[in-house]
Amino acid sequence: MNGTTIAEAPNGFPEKAARFAYRVAWGFARVFSVLVLLAAWEWLATSGTFTPFQLPALSKVLVRIWADITTGDFFINTGLTLYRALAGFLIAAVGGVLLGMAMSRLRVARWFFDPIISIGFPMPKIAFLPVIILWLGVYDVSKITMIVFDAIFPVVAATIVGIQGVERELLWSARNMGAKEREVLWQVVLPAALPQIMTGFQVALPLSLIVAVVTEMLMGGYGLGGAMMTASRFANSVGVFAGIVEIAVVGYLMVKAMAILRRRLLIWHPEAHDPSTA
Amino acid sequence: MKAFIRYSPLLILAAAWELSSRLGLVSPLALPPLSDVVSAWIDMIKDGELVTNGVTSIYRAFAGLALAVVIGGVLGIAMAWFKPVNVLLAPIVEIFYPLPKSALIPVTVIWLGFGDGSKILLIFLGCMLPVTIGAFNGARSSERHLVWSARSMGASRLRMLWDVVVPSAMPELLNGIRTALALSFILLVSSELIVAQKGFGYLIGSLGANGTYDAMYAVVFTVAFLGFAADRVYLLITKRALAWRA
Repeated sequence: MNGTTIAEAPNGFPEKAARFAYRVAWGFARVFSVLVLLAAWEWLATSGTFTPFQLPALSKVLVRIWADITTGDFFINTGLTLYRALAGFLIAAVGGVLLGMAMSRLRVARWFFDPIISIGFPMPKIAFLPVIILWLGVYDVSKITMIVFDAIFPVVAATIVGIQGVERELLWSARNMGAKEREVLWQVVLPAALPQIMTGFQVALPLSLIVAVVTEMLMGGYGLGGAMMTASRFANSVGVFAGIVEIAVVGYLMVKAMAILRRRLLIWHPEAHDPSTA
Repeated sequence: MKAFIRYSPLLILAAAWELSSRLGLVSPLALPPLSDVVSAWIDMIKDGELVTNGVTSIYRAFAGLALAVVIGGVLGIAMAWFKPVNVLLAPIVEIFYPLPKSALIPVTVIWLGFGDGSKILLIFLGCMLPVTIGAFNGARSSERHLVWSARSMGASRLRMLWDVVVPSAMPELLNGIRTALALSFILLVSSELIVAQKGFGYLIGSLGANGTYDAMYAVVFTVAFLGFAADRVYLLITKRALAWRA
């Protein structure tokens, strides 16, 4: 990013000013189309092309979100949804990495889990939701189980691919310098596989949020998905759109946070210097 | 023999399922024996219930996915090829990409009702962005040298787009479509579970509500297997389609 800014600054122009102007222009271009979209929403809704039921005005939706915030409903629902999504994600992350490690080290684990993973990964696991409800009921346990069930597959697959891709030279030199197997695993193999594993996490995290919302929509109760479904049952479309905006914001922040975490954790890795990830 | 050893864990699981239910280790209500599930499956094939609902579901998934592939692919390549399109659309894509698309289920119902239309719209909206991003990344990274040599050989801009950029975008585009394929099943089932009068999801929901769990298991596994089979068939086709790269 920095390289192009400097290169594009005209000669003799103070570099700082050019960079600033570039940033402002770029920032404006980035929000421009979003603003147009929001304005179009408000205009379409108030112009009478659609009924307020089909498309409530953005202003009404914002008022509703503000009301949710002041009454505290927003924080309860967001908190619950985030708690379920993150709890499921963390279990899937730890379990998935451990299972992936076991599968790349132990033949028995590989023999047993390989067909299960390769068949289970592409399956639409959400279809098992009624079975999970049958076994575990409709509360947090079944929601989080469903999230783990969905999110663990990308993590396992990414861990295996990552560990397979570790350069042999790294292993040889670590062993040569007297590292024990355990040290090799924790200090060489895992860090070297980290970029792949992070990619797996980056797939699993949005998936956790998707499944959290779906399970809440299906099982009811509190949470962003549940609140939206309640609004939908009462034909309260302002509530439905408010729910979508809230879920969109939460999802956006989650994905962004994960990208920042990746850059932090992989600051030593060549990819951190790759301009395309900036 | 090799395949037998490879897939033997699945057989072990199936045997464990049958035995634990037959021996009463778990309640047959929560887990009906595998053999009962199989016979329920055969009954449902015979009376056509599974087939008619299945055809509805597959039509919905396919229609939504096809729309997503065409429109998403064109958008992604346009974003990579024309800078203004990118400046306009990139922020919108960036905002909508992390939105869990299942949140749109109530809205699509508000707009198009309980039938096919709302499911197709949902699947289209949910599957478009992975395709767009795949096409965009693929087209953007098409090799400069190929573009240059095409240009120096006098290819027009459109010709270059079709002969150089689109083929080199293919692997990433096909990868995006694979993600979209998986998503289409997820969205299909969840939207049908929530509101539908036909389709796999509806069938699962109504069988579960009736307490005919062996039939419910049969449908659940049918959907899961179809999702798996669709992915494998897709992989085979893409391997064919990309044979020229090897």
